[in-house]
Amino acid sequence: MAAVKPKIINQKSAHRLISNENLQALLLFLLSLGLFLLFWEMGARLKLFAKGMPTASLTITELWYWITHPFYNNGPNDLGIGWNLLISLRRVAIGYTLASIIAVPLGVLVGISKIAFKAFNPYFQLLKPVSPLAWLPLGLYLFRNSELTGIFIITIASIWPTLTNTAFGVANVNPDYLDVSKTLGASRWRTIFKVIIPAALPNIISGLRISMGISWLVIVAAEMLLGTGLGYFIWNEWNNLYIPNILVAIFIIGIVGIILDQIFAYLEKLVSFGRQSS
Amino acid sequence: MNTSFTSNSPSVNPNGSASVQISLSHVSKVFWGKNGWLNKITRQTTPNFIAIEDINLDIQHNTFVSIIGPSGCGKSTLLNIIAGLSSATSGTVSINGQIVDKPGPDRGMVFQNYALMPWMTVEDNIKFAVETVYPKMPRKQQKRIIQEKIQLVGLQGAEKKHPHELSGGMRQRVGIARALAINPQILLMDEPFGALDALTRGFLQEEIERIWEKQRKTAIMITHSIDEALLLSDRIVMMTKGPAARIDKVLKVPFSRPRNRTVVENHPAYLQLKQDMENHLYRETRAVEEARIK
Repeated sequence: MAAVKPKIINQKSAHRLISNENLQALLLFLLSLGLFLLFWEMGARLKLFAKGMPTASLTITELWYWITHPFYNNGPNDLGIGWNLLISLRRVAIGYTLASIIAVPLGVLVGISKIAFKAFNPYFQLLKPVSPLAWLPLGLYLFRNSELTGIFIITIASIWPTLTNTAFGVANVNPDYLDVSKTLGASRWRTIFKVIIPAALPNIISGLRISMGISWLVIVAAEMLLGTGLGYFIWNEWNNLYIPNILVAIFIIGIVGIILDQIFAYLEKLVSFGRQSS
Repeated sequence: MNTSFTSNSPSVNPNGSASVQISLSHVSKVFWGKNGWLNKITRQTTPNFIAIEDINLDIQHNTFVSIIGPSGCGKSTLLNIIAGLSSATSGTVSINGQIVDKPGPDRGMVFQNYALMPWMTVEDNIKFAVETVYPKMPRKQQKRIIQEKIQLVGLQGAEKKHPHELSGGMRQRVGIARALAINPQILLMDEPFGALDALTRGFLQEEIERIWEKQRKTAIMITHSIDEALLLSDRIVMMTKGPAARIDKVLKVPFSRPRNRTVVENHPAYLQLKQDMENHLYRETRAVEEARIK
Protein backbone atom coordinates (compact mmCIF):
# COMPACT_ATOMS: atom_id res chain seq x y z
CA MET A 1 0.00 0.00 0.00
CA ALA A 2 2.79 2.35 0.92
CA ALA A 3 4.27 1.94 -2.53
CA VAL A 4 0.99 2.72 -4.21
CA LYS A 5 0.23 5.91 -2.30
CA PRO A 6 2.74 8.28 -3.86
CA LYS A 7 1.59 7.26 -7.31
CA ILE A 8 -1.99 8.25 -6.52
CA ILE A 9 -0.83 11.56 -5.15
CA ASN A 10 1.16 12.17 -8.32
CA GLN A 11 -1.84 11.42 -10.47
CA LYS A 12 -3.98 13.76 -8.45
CA SER A 13 -1.51 16.61 -8.63
CA ALA A 14 -1.06 16.01 -12.35
CA HIS A 15 -4.82 16.15 -12.76
CA ARG A 16 -5.04 19.35 -10.77
CA LEU A 17 -2.29 20.90 -12.88
CA ILE A 18 -4.17 20.23 -16.11
CA SER A 19 -7.43 21.67 -14.90
CA ASN A 20 -5.47 24.59 -13.51
CA GLU A 21 -3.92 25.17 -16.88
CA ASN A 22 -7.31 25.26 -18.59
CA LEU A 23 -8.72 27.43 -15.86
CA GLN A 24 -5.78 29.80 -16.08
CA ALA A 25 -6.17 30.05 -19.83
CA LEU A 26 -9.87 30.78 -19.45
CA LEU A 27 -9.21 33.46 -16.85
CA LEU A 28 -6.56 35.05 -19.03
CA PHE A 29 -8.94 34.98 -21.97
CA LEU A 30 -11.75 36.60 -20.00
CA LEU A 31 -9.36 39.17 -18.56
CA SER A 32 -8.01 40.15 -21.97
CA LEU A 33 -11.52 40.28 -23.41
CA GLY A 34 -12.65 42.50 -20.54
CA LEU A 35 -9.69 44.82 -20.99
CA PHE A 36 -10.24 44.96 -24.73
CA LEU A 37 -13.94 45.82 -24.36
CA LEU A 38 -13.13 48.39 -21.70
CA PHE A 39 -10.47 49.97 -23.90
CA TRP A 40 -12.90 50.00 -26.81
CA GLU A 41 -15.75 51.46 -24.78
CA MET A 42 -13.58 54.17 -23.20
CA GLY A 43 -11.79 54.97 -26.43
CA ALA A 44 -15.05 55.34 -28.33
CA ARG A 45 -16.66 57.46 -25.63
CA LEU A 46 -13.62 59.74 -25.36
CA LYS A 47 -13.51 59.96 -29.19
CA LEU A 48 -9.95 58.65 -29.33
CA PHE A 49 -10.66 56.68 -32.52
CA ALA A 50 -12.05 57.78 -35.85
CA LYS A 51 -15.17 59.89 -35.85
CA GLY A 52 -18.35 57.82 -35.57
CA MET A 53 -16.64 54.74 -34.15
CA PRO A 54 -19.37 52.86 -32.24
CA THR A 55 -18.95 51.91 -28.61
CA ALA A 56 -18.58 48.30 -27.50
CA SER A 57 -21.90 48.41 -25.64
CA LEU A 58 -23.76 49.61 -28.72
CA THR A 59 -22.15 46.90 -30.85
CA ILE A 60 -23.08 44.20 -28.35
CA THR A 61 -26.64 45.49 -28.18
CA GLU A 62 -26.84 45.32 -31.97
CA LEU A 63 -25.36 41.83 -31.93
CA TRP A 64 -28.00 40.74 -29.49
CA TYR A 65 -30.70 42.28 -31.68
CA TRP A 66 -29.50 40.48 -34.80
CA ILE A 67 -29.10 37.18 -33.00
CA THR A 68 -32.58 37.36 -31.50
CA HIS A 69 -34.19 38.54 -34.76
CA PRO A 70 -32.40 36.48 -37.38
CA PHE A 71 -35.25 35.81 -39.79
CA TYR A 72 -37.23 38.77 -41.03
CA ASN A 73 -37.66 39.99 -44.53
CA ASN A 74 -38.31 43.61 -45.48
CA GLY A 75 -36.91 43.36 -48.99
CA PRO A 76 -33.34 42.65 -50.17
CA ASN A 77 -31.82 45.69 -48.43
CA ASP A 78 -33.32 44.89 -45.03
CA LEU A 79 -33.02 41.17 -44.55
CA GLY A 80 -32.48 39.32 -41.26
CA ILE A 81 -28.91 38.14 -40.79
CA GLY A 82 -30.12 34.53 -40.54
CA TRP A 83 -31.46 34.75 -44.11
CA ASN A 84 -28.25 36.30 -45.33
CA LEU A 85 -26.24 33.61 -43.59
CA LEU A 86 -28.34 30.88 -45.18
CA ILE A 87 -27.94 32.48 -48.61
CA SER A 88 -24.15 32.56 -48.20
CA LEU A 89 -24.06 29.01 -46.88
CA ARG A 90 -26.18 27.78 -49.77
CA ARG A 91 -23.87 29.35 -52.33
CA VAL A 92 -20.85 27.88 -50.59
CA ALA A 93 -22.52 24.48 -50.34
CA ILE A 94 -23.35 24.32 -54.04
CA GLY A 95 -20.03 25.71 -55.29
CA TYR A 96 -17.97 23.71 -52.84
CA THR A 97 -19.76 20.44 -53.57
CA LEU A 98 -19.29 21.01 -57.28
CA ALA A 99 -15.60 21.71 -56.73
CA SER A 100 -15.17 18.59 -54.61
CA ILE A 101 -16.92 16.41 -57.16
CA ILE A 102 -14.45 17.64 -59.76
CA ALA A 103 -11.35 17.85 -57.58
CA VAL A 104 -11.35 14.49 -55.80
CA PRO A 105 -11.61 12.19 -58.86
CA LEU A 106 -9.25 14.40 -60.85
CA GLY A 107 -6.80 14.40 -57.93
CA VAL A 108 -6.96 10.62 -57.73
CA LEU A 109 -6.32 10.33 -61.46
CA VAL A 110 -3.42 12.76 -61.40
CA GLY A 111 -1.99 11.14 -58.27
CA ILE A 112 -2.04 7.65 -59.73
CA SER A 113 -0.40 8.47 -63.03
CA LYS A 114 3.01 10.11 -62.94
CA ILE A 115 2.59 11.13 -66.57
CA ALA A 116 -0.76 12.79 -65.89
CA PHE A 117 0.80 14.55 -62.92
CA LYS A 118 3.67 15.95 -64.94
CA ALA A 119 1.37 16.88 -67.81
CA PHE A 120 -1.33 18.66 -65.81
CA ASN A 121 0.65 20.08 -62.93
CA PRO A 122 1.53 23.32 -64.82
CA TYR A 123 -2.18 24.19 -65.03
CA PHE A 124 -2.68 23.70 -61.32
CA GLN A 125 0.44 25.61 -60.43
CA LEU A 126 -0.54 28.48 -62.70
CA LEU A 127 -4.16 28.74 -61.56
CA LYS A 128 -3.67 28.06 -57.86
CA PRO A 129 -2.15 31.44 -56.90
CA VAL A 130 -4.74 33.48 -58.83
CA SER A 131 -7.12 35.35 -56.54
CA PRO A 132 -10.61 33.93 -57.03
CA LEU A 133 -11.99 37.44 -57.41
CA ALA A 134 -10.03 37.80 -60.62
CA TRP A 135 -12.56 35.39 -62.11
CA LEU A 136 -15.50 37.59 -61.16
CA PRO A 137 -15.76 39.66 -64.35
CA LEU A 138 -15.30 36.55 -66.43
CA GLY A 139 -18.08 34.81 -64.46
CA LEU A 140 -20.43 37.77 -64.88
CA TYR A 141 -19.68 37.87 -68.59
CA LEU A 142 -20.19 34.11 -69.03
CA PHE A 143 -23.32 33.65 -66.90
CA ARG A 144 -24.85 37.15 -66.87
CA ASN A 145 -26.29 36.16 -63.51
CA SER A 146 -24.92 37.08 -60.09
CA GLU A 147 -26.12 33.88 -58.41
CA LEU A 148 -24.35 31.60 -60.87
CA THR A 149 -21.28 33.82 -60.82
CA GLY A 150 -21.04 33.48 -57.04
CA ILE A 151 -21.20 29.71 -57.29
CA PHE A 152 -18.69 29.75 -60.14
CA ILE A 153 -16.21 31.72 -58.06
CA ILE A 154 -16.58 29.44 -55.06
CA THR A 155 -16.04 26.43 -57.31
CA ILE A 156 -12.92 27.88 -58.91
CA ALA A 157 -11.54 28.95 -55.54
CA SER A 158 -12.08 25.67 -53.73
CA ILE A 159 -10.92 23.24 -56.41
CA TRP A 160 -7.17 23.69 -55.99
CA PRO A 161 -6.44 22.75 -52.38
CA THR A 162 -8.57 19.60 -52.63
CA LEU A 163 -7.07 18.70 -55.98
CA THR A 164 -3.44 19.14 -55.00
CA ASN A 165 -3.88 17.47 -51.59
CA THR A 166 -5.70 14.51 -53.11
CA ALA A 167 -3.04 14.09 -55.78
CA PHE A 168 -0.30 14.31 -53.16
CA GLY A 169 -2.01 11.78 -50.88
CA VAL A 170 -2.62 9.33 -53.70
CA ALA A 171 0.92 9.66 -55.09
CA ASN A 172 2.39 9.06 -51.64
CA VAL A 173 0.43 6.03 -50.50
CA ASN A 174 2.72 3.81 -48.44
CA PRO A 175 4.26 1.45 -51.03
CA ASP A 176 3.85 -1.44 -48.59
CA TYR A 177 0.06 -1.20 -48.95
CA LEU A 178 0.41 -1.40 -52.71
CA ASP A 179 2.73 -4.39 -52.38
CA VAL A 180 0.13 -6.15 -50.23
CA SER A 181 -2.45 -5.48 -52.89
CA LYS A 182 -0.11 -6.72 -55.61
CA THR A 183 0.88 -9.92 -53.84
CA LEU A 184 -2.80 -10.72 -53.37
CA GLY A 185 -3.39 -10.14 -57.07
CA ALA A 186 -6.02 -7.42 -56.49
CA SER A 187 -7.44 -5.79 -59.61
CA ARG A 188 -6.63 -2.16 -60.44
CA TRP A 189 -10.12 -0.99 -59.40
CA ARG A 190 -10.07 -2.89 -56.17
CA THR A 191 -6.67 -1.44 -55.36
CA ILE A 192 -7.89 2.08 -56.08
CA PHE A 193 -11.10 1.85 -54.07
CA LYS A 194 -10.04 -0.40 -51.22
CA VAL A 195 -6.43 0.69 -50.75
CA ILE A 196 -5.38 3.91 -52.47
CA ILE A 197 -8.39 6.11 -51.69
CA PRO A 198 -8.74 5.05 -48.04
CA ALA A 199 -4.99 5.46 -47.59
CA ALA A 200 -5.13 8.95 -49.06
CA LEU A 201 -8.29 9.91 -47.16
CA PRO A 202 -6.51 11.95 -44.46
CA ASN A 203 -4.89 14.07 -47.17
CA ILE A 204 -8.16 14.35 -49.07
CA ILE A 205 -9.97 15.57 -45.97
CA SER A 206 -7.21 18.09 -45.21
CA GLY A 207 -7.59 19.38 -48.74
CA LEU A 208 -11.36 19.63 -48.31
CA ARG A 209 -10.81 21.49 -45.05
CA ILE A 210 -8.54 24.07 -46.65
CA SER A 211 -10.97 24.41 -49.56
CA MET A 212 -13.84 25.03 -47.17
CA GLY A 213 -11.84 27.73 -45.43
CA ILE A 214 -11.11 29.42 -48.73
CA SER A 215 -14.74 29.20 -49.88
CA TRP A 216 -15.84 30.93 -46.73
CA LEU A 217 -13.23 33.64 -47.20
CA VAL A 218 -14.15 34.19 -50.82
CA ILE A 219 -17.94 34.17 -50.55
CA VAL A 220 -17.96 37.27 -48.35
CA ALA A 221 -15.73 39.18 -50.76
CA ALA A 222 -17.68 38.01 -53.81
CA GLU A 223 -21.06 38.86 -52.31
CA MET A 224 -20.09 42.48 -51.80
CA LEU A 225 -20.30 42.74 -55.57
CA LEU A 226 -23.26 40.39 -56.08
CA GLY A 227 -26.18 41.41 -53.82
CA THR A 228 -27.67 39.35 -50.92
CA GLY A 229 -25.68 37.17 -48.54
CA LEU A 230 -23.44 38.14 -45.63
CA GLY A 231 -20.97 39.95 -47.88
CA TYR A 232 -23.75 42.09 -49.27
CA PHE A 233 -25.04 42.70 -45.76
CA ILE A 234 -21.66 44.24 -44.89
CA TRP A 235 -21.58 46.25 -48.08
CA ASN A 236 -25.12 47.49 -47.47
CA GLU A 237 -24.30 48.59 -43.93
CA TRP A 238 -21.24 50.36 -45.27
CA ASN A 239 -23.52 52.27 -47.64
CA ASN A 240 -25.76 53.04 -44.67
CA LEU A 241 -22.59 54.02 -42.82
CA TYR A 242 -23.73 52.02 -39.83
CA ILE A 243 -20.48 50.51 -38.42
CA PRO A 244 -21.92 48.40 -35.51
CA ASN A 245 -23.69 46.06 -37.94
CA ILE A 246 -20.46 45.59 -39.90
CA LEU A 247 -18.76 44.48 -36.70
CA VAL A 248 -21.68 42.17 -35.91
CA ALA A 249 -21.37 40.57 -39.36
CA ILE A 250 -17.60 40.12 -38.95
CA PHE A 251 -18.21 38.35 -35.64
CA ILE A 252 -20.86 36.05 -37.12
CA ILE A 253 -18.71 35.23 -40.16
CA GLY A 254 -15.89 34.28 -37.79
CA ILE A 255 -18.10 32.04 -35.66
CA VAL A 256 -19.54 30.23 -38.68
CA GLY A 257 -16.00 29.81 -40.04
CA ILE A 258 -14.93 28.16 -36.79
CA ILE A 259 -17.89 25.78 -36.89
CA LEU A 260 -17.22 24.77 -40.51
CA ASP A 261 -13.54 24.23 -39.76
CA GLN A 262 -14.27 22.16 -36.67
CA ILE A 263 -16.56 19.86 -38.65
CA PHE A 264 -13.61 19.04 -40.89
CA ALA A 265 -11.21 18.79 -37.96
CA TYR A 266 -13.54 16.15 -36.56
CA LEU A 267 -13.64 14.31 -39.89
CA GLU A 268 -9.85 14.38 -40.07
CA LYS A 269 -9.68 12.78 -36.66
CA LEU A 270 -12.22 10.19 -37.73
CA VAL A 271 -10.11 8.93 -40.65
CA SER A 272 -6.63 9.26 -39.17
CA PHE A 273 -6.51 5.91 -37.28
CA GLY A 274 -3.40 6.81 -35.34
CA ARG A 275 -1.64 8.35 -38.31
CA GLN A 276 -0.23 11.84 -38.08
CA SER A 277 -2.47 14.01 -40.18
CA SER A 278 -0.49 16.34 -42.40
CA MET B 1 0.28 -29.70 -53.47
CA ASN B 2 2.24 -31.98 -51.24
CA THR B 3 0.42 -32.50 -48.01
CA SER B 4 2.96 -34.83 -46.44
CA PHE B 5 3.89 -34.02 -42.89
CA THR B 6 7.23 -35.77 -42.92
CA SER B 7 9.04 -33.19 -44.87
CA ASN B 8 12.46 -32.96 -43.33
CA SER B 9 13.81 -35.53 -45.69
CA PRO B 10 13.21 -34.66 -49.35
CA SER B 11 9.86 -36.23 -50.17
CA VAL B 12 9.06 -37.71 -53.53
CA ASN B 13 6.14 -36.68 -55.68
CA PRO B 14 4.05 -39.06 -57.78
CA ASN B 15 6.24 -38.51 -60.85
CA GLY B 16 9.14 -39.96 -58.96
CA SER B 17 11.43 -36.93 -59.22
CA ALA B 18 12.66 -35.14 -56.10
CA SER B 19 10.01 -32.61 -55.20
CA VAL B 20 11.65 -29.31 -55.89
CA GLN B 21 9.03 -26.61 -55.48
CA ILE B 22 10.91 -23.38 -56.01
CA SER B 23 13.78 -23.26 -58.40
CA LEU B 24 16.00 -20.25 -58.95
CA SER B 25 18.41 -20.50 -61.83
CA HIS B 26 21.06 -17.92 -62.70
CA VAL B 27 19.01 -15.14 -61.18
CA SER B 28 20.67 -11.72 -61.40
CA LYS B 29 19.33 -8.28 -60.71
CA VAL B 30 20.82 -5.07 -61.99
CA PHE B 31 19.49 -1.68 -61.02
CA TRP B 32 20.23 0.42 -64.07
CA GLY B 33 22.00 3.66 -63.39
CA LYS B 34 21.35 6.94 -65.09
CA ASN B 35 23.55 6.95 -68.15
CA GLY B 36 21.34 8.02 -71.01
CA TRP B 37 22.51 10.76 -73.35
CA LEU B 38 20.56 13.38 -71.38
CA ASN B 39 22.31 12.37 -68.16
CA LYS B 40 25.65 12.46 -69.94
CA ILE B 41 25.04 16.01 -71.14
CA THR B 42 24.06 17.15 -67.66
CA ARG B 43 26.90 15.11 -66.16
CA GLN B 44 24.55 13.44 -63.71
CA THR B 45 25.30 9.83 -64.48
CA THR B 46 25.18 7.05 -61.91
CA PRO B 47 26.66 3.61 -62.57
CA ASN B 48 24.63 0.43 -62.87
CA PHE B 49 24.32 -1.48 -59.63
CA ILE B 50 24.47 -5.25 -59.69
CA ALA B 51 22.52 -6.29 -56.61
CA ILE B 52 22.65 -10.07 -56.94
CA GLU B 53 24.47 -12.18 -59.46
CA ASP B 54 23.89 -15.73 -60.62
CA ILE B 55 21.80 -17.08 -57.77
CA ASN B 56 21.00 -20.78 -58.07
CA LEU B 57 18.82 -22.41 -55.46
CA ASP B 58 16.36 -25.28 -55.27
CA ILE B 59 13.86 -25.40 -52.46
CA GLN B 60 11.93 -28.54 -51.68
CA HIS B 61 8.29 -28.78 -50.66
CA ASN B 62 7.46 -27.95 -47.06
CA THR B 63 10.92 -26.77 -46.11
CA PHE B 64 11.66 -23.73 -44.02
CA VAL B 65 14.51 -21.79 -45.59
CA SER B 66 16.22 -18.78 -44.07
CA ILE B 67 18.32 -16.33 -46.04
CA ILE B 68 20.98 -14.60 -44.01
CA GLY B 69 23.69 -12.19 -45.05
CA PRO B 70 25.25 -8.82 -44.28
CA SER B 71 23.19 -5.65 -44.68
CA GLY B 72 22.65 -4.53 -48.24
CA CYS B 73 23.44 -7.89 -49.79
CA GLY B 74 20.27 -8.04 -51.81
CA LYS B 75 18.30 -10.44 -49.64
CA SER B 76 15.16 -8.38 -49.94
CA THR B 77 15.73 -7.99 -53.67
CA LEU B 78 15.86 -11.76 -53.97
CA LEU B 79 12.67 -12.21 -51.94
CA ASN B 80 10.88 -9.56 -53.99
CA ILE B 81 11.84 -11.39 -57.15
CA ILE B 82 10.42 -14.64 -55.77
CA ALA B 83 7.29 -12.74 -54.71
CA GLY B 84 6.99 -11.34 -58.22
CA LEU B 85 7.07 -7.75 -56.99
CA SER B 86 10.30 -7.16 -58.86
CA SER B 87 11.61 -8.91 -61.94
CA ALA B 88 14.99 -10.55 -62.43
CA THR B 89 17.29 -8.92 -64.96
CA SER B 90 18.38 -12.35 -66.10
CA GLY B 91 17.69 -15.92 -65.03
CA THR B 92 14.39 -17.46 -64.00
CA VAL B 93 12.39 -18.27 -60.92
CA SER B 94 9.99 -21.15 -61.26
CA ILE B 95 7.43 -22.56 -58.86
CA ASN B 96 6.29 -26.12 -59.54
CA GLY B 97 7.89 -25.81 -62.97
CA GLN B 98 5.98 -22.65 -63.84
CA ILE B 99 8.01 -19.52 -64.44
CA VAL B 100 7.11 -16.68 -62.08
CA ASP B 101 6.83 -13.21 -63.54
CA LYS B 102 4.18 -11.57 -61.40
CA PRO B 103 2.82 -11.77 -57.86
CA GLY B 104 0.13 -14.30 -57.11
CA PRO B 105 -1.86 -15.72 -54.22
CA ASP B 106 0.17 -18.94 -54.30
CA ARG B 107 2.69 -16.90 -52.33
CA GLY B 108 1.74 -15.23 -49.06
CA MET B 109 3.94 -12.39 -47.92
CA VAL B 110 4.73 -11.14 -44.42
CA PHE B 111 6.27 -7.66 -44.37
CA GLN B 112 8.87 -6.22 -42.04
CA ASN B 113 6.72 -3.20 -41.23
CA TYR B 114 3.55 -5.32 -41.05
CA ALA B 115 1.93 -3.37 -43.91
CA LEU B 116 -1.50 -3.51 -42.28
CA MET B 117 -4.11 -1.10 -43.58
CA PRO B 118 -4.57 1.32 -40.67
CA TRP B 119 -8.21 2.03 -41.52
CA MET B 120 -9.20 -1.63 -41.39
CA THR B 121 -9.80 -3.60 -38.23
CA VAL B 122 -7.83 -6.80 -37.60
CA GLU B 123 -10.72 -8.76 -39.05
CA ASP B 124 -11.07 -6.47 -42.08
CA ASN B 125 -7.37 -6.69 -42.87
CA ILE B 126 -7.63 -10.45 -43.13
CA LYS B 127 -10.98 -10.23 -44.88
CA PHE B 128 -9.47 -7.95 -47.53
CA ALA B 129 -6.98 -10.69 -48.39
CA VAL B 130 -9.57 -13.49 -48.42
CA GLU B 131 -12.08 -11.49 -50.48
CA THR B 132 -9.42 -10.49 -52.98
CA VAL B 133 -8.17 -14.01 -53.54
CA TYR B 134 -11.49 -15.88 -53.25
CA PRO B 135 -14.14 -13.41 -54.45
CA LYS B 136 -16.67 -16.16 -55.14
CA MET B 137 -16.35 -17.96 -51.82
CA PRO B 138 -19.55 -17.85 -49.73
CA ARG B 139 -19.49 -15.26 -46.94
CA LYS B 140 -19.91 -17.88 -44.26
CA GLN B 141 -16.87 -19.77 -45.38
CA GLN B 142 -14.84 -16.56 -45.60
CA LYS B 143 -15.86 -15.73 -42.08
CA ARG B 144 -14.86 -19.17 -40.85
CA ILE B 145 -11.42 -18.88 -42.40
CA ILE B 146 -10.90 -15.45 -40.85
CA GLN B 147 -11.94 -16.70 -37.42
CA GLU B 148 -9.73 -19.75 -37.77
CA LYS B 149 -6.63 -17.70 -38.61
CA ILE B 150 -7.31 -15.21 -35.83
CA GLN B 151 -7.39 -18.12 -33.43
CA LEU B 152 -4.29 -19.68 -34.94
CA VAL B 153 -2.21 -16.59 -34.23
CA GLY B 154 -3.86 -16.02 -30.86
CA LEU B 155 -5.67 -12.76 -31.50
CA GLN B 156 -9.15 -13.67 -30.24
CA GLY B 157 -10.82 -10.62 -28.75
CA ALA B 158 -8.84 -8.18 -30.90
CA GLU B 159 -10.91 -8.72 -34.06
CA LYS B 160 -12.53 -5.30 -33.99
CA LYS B 161 -9.39 -3.38 -33.06
CA HIS B 162 -7.48 -1.17 -35.46
CA PRO B 163 -3.74 -1.73 -35.95
CA HIS B 164 -2.75 1.45 -34.08
CA GLU B 165 -4.35 0.01 -30.97
CA LEU B 166 -2.12 -3.06 -31.08
CA SER B 167 1.50 -3.67 -30.05
CA GLY B 168 4.13 -4.41 -32.69
CA GLY B 169 4.05 -8.11 -31.89
CA MET B 170 0.27 -8.25 -32.24
CA ARG B 171 0.42 -6.36 -35.51
CA GLN B 172 2.83 -8.88 -36.94
CA ARG B 173 0.49 -11.67 -35.83
CA VAL B 174 -2.18 -10.02 -37.97
CA GLY B 175 0.35 -9.87 -40.81
CA ILE B 176 0.99 -13.60 -40.44
CA ALA B 177 -2.72 -14.42 -40.19
CA ARG B 178 -3.37 -12.40 -43.34
CA ALA B 179 -0.62 -14.19 -45.23
CA LEU B 180 -1.92 -17.60 -44.14
CA ALA B 181 -5.61 -16.80 -44.71
CA ILE B 182 -5.26 -17.05 -48.50
CA ASN B 183 -3.88 -20.56 -48.04
CA PRO B 184 -0.69 -19.96 -50.03
CA GLN B 185 1.67 -22.75 -51.00
CA ILE B 186 4.62 -20.64 -50.02
CA LEU B 187 5.10 -18.20 -47.19
CA LEU B 188 7.56 -15.36 -47.82
CA MET B 189 8.78 -13.37 -44.83
CA ASP B 190 10.96 -10.29 -45.10
CA GLU B 191 12.62 -9.84 -41.70
CA PRO B 192 9.29 -10.43 -39.99
CA PHE B 193 10.61 -9.66 -36.51
CA GLY B 194 13.06 -6.93 -37.50
CA ALA B 195 10.99 -4.11 -36.05
CA LEU B 196 10.27 -5.84 -32.72
CA ASP B 197 12.05 -5.62 -29.39
CA ALA B 198 14.15 -8.61 -28.30
CA LEU B 199 11.61 -10.12 -25.90
CA THR B 200 8.67 -9.93 -28.26
CA ARG B 201 10.90 -11.20 -31.03
CA GLY B 202 11.83 -14.34 -29.09
CA PHE B 203 8.22 -14.95 -28.18
CA LEU B 204 7.00 -14.54 -31.73
CA GLN B 205 9.73 -16.82 -33.07
CA GLU B 206 8.36 -19.59 -30.90
CA GLU B 207 4.87 -18.77 -32.09
CA ILE B 208 6.02 -19.10 -35.70
CA GLU B 209 7.51 -22.48 -34.86
CA ARG B 210 4.21 -23.56 -33.29
CA ILE B 211 2.15 -22.27 -36.22
CA TRP B 212 4.51 -23.82 -38.72
CA GLU B 213 4.18 -27.21 -37.08
CA LYS B 214 0.40 -26.93 -37.57
CA GLN B 215 0.48 -25.76 -41.17
CA ARG B 216 3.68 -26.80 -42.84
CA LYS B 217 4.15 -24.67 -45.86
CA THR B 218 7.27 -23.94 -47.79
CA ALA B 219 8.65 -20.85 -46.12
CA ILE B 220 11.39 -18.44 -47.06
CA MET B 221 12.45 -16.02 -44.37
CA ILE B 222 14.98 -13.23 -44.52
CA THR B 223 16.68 -12.57 -41.24
CA HIS B 224 19.68 -10.96 -39.57
CA SER B 225 19.49 -13.20 -36.54
CA ILE B 226 21.53 -16.38 -36.29
CA ASP B 227 19.46 -17.76 -33.41
CA GLU B 228 16.24 -17.10 -35.27
CA ALA B 229 17.52 -18.90 -38.36
CA LEU B 230 18.72 -21.88 -36.33
CA LEU B 231 15.48 -22.18 -34.38
CA LEU B 232 13.16 -22.07 -37.37
CA SER B 233 14.89 -23.32 -40.50
CA ASP B 234 15.64 -26.58 -42.23
CA ARG B 235 18.10 -24.87 -44.56
CA ILE B 236 20.03 -21.67 -44.10
CA VAL B 237 21.21 -19.85 -47.20
CA MET B 238 24.22 -17.66 -46.47
CA MET B 239 24.84 -14.83 -48.90
CA THR B 240 28.01 -12.87 -49.53
CA LYS B 241 28.20 -9.12 -49.32
CA GLY B 242 26.83 -6.98 -52.13
CA PRO B 243 27.20 -5.65 -54.75
CA ALA B 244 26.95 -8.73 -56.93
CA ALA B 245 25.99 -10.84 -53.93
CA ARG B 246 26.07 -14.61 -54.39
CA ILE B 247 25.12 -17.62 -52.32
CA ASP B 248 28.15 -18.58 -50.27
CA LYS B 249 26.84 -21.85 -48.94
CA VAL B 250 23.68 -23.56 -47.76
CA LEU B 251 23.66 -25.05 -44.28
CA LYS B 252 21.48 -27.99 -43.39
CA VAL B 253 19.93 -27.73 -39.94
CA PRO B 254 19.58 -31.22 -38.46
CA PHE B 255 17.38 -30.54 -35.39
CA SER B 256 14.24 -32.63 -35.13
CA ARG B 257 10.77 -31.08 -35.04
CA PRO B 258 8.74 -29.86 -33.27
CA ARG B 259 11.45 -27.62 -31.90
CA ASN B 260 11.86 -25.77 -28.72
CA ARG B 261 14.50 -23.18 -28.01
CA THR B 262 16.10 -24.95 -25.04
CA VAL B 263 16.31 -28.29 -26.80
CA VAL B 264 17.72 -26.70 -29.93
CA GLU B 265 20.33 -24.75 -28.03
CA ASN B 266 21.53 -27.88 -26.25
CA HIS B 267 21.80 -29.93 -29.40
CA PRO B 268 25.41 -31.06 -30.01
CA ALA B 269 25.50 -29.57 -33.49
CA TYR B 270 24.16 -26.18 -32.38
CA LEU B 271 27.37 -24.52 -31.33
CA GLN B 272 29.27 -25.61 -34.44
CA LEU B 273 26.51 -24.31 -36.74
CA LYS B 274 26.32 -21.06 -34.87
CA GLN B 275 30.10 -20.71 -35.03
CA ASP B 276 30.09 -21.27 -38.80
CA MET B 277 27.41 -18.66 -39.32
CA GLU B 278 29.07 -16.14 -37.06
CA ASN B 279 32.37 -16.57 -38.88
CA HIS B 280 30.67 -16.13 -42.21
CA LEU B 281 28.72 -13.05 -41.18
CA TYR B 282 31.74 -11.54 -39.44
CA ARG B 283 33.90 -12.01 -42.52
CA GLU B 284 31.33 -10.58 -44.89
CA THR B 285 30.44 -7.66 -42.68
CA ARG B 286 34.12 -6.79 -42.27
CA ALA B 287 34.48 -6.85 -46.03
CA VAL B 288 31.52 -4.48 -46.30
CA GLU B 289 33.11 -2.09 -43.82
CA GLU B 290 36.49 -2.22 -45.57
CA ALA B 291 34.90 -1.58 -48.96
CA ARG B 292 33.20 1.45 -47.46
CA ILE B 293 36.47 2.94 -46.22
CA LYS B 294 38.03 2.64 -49.67
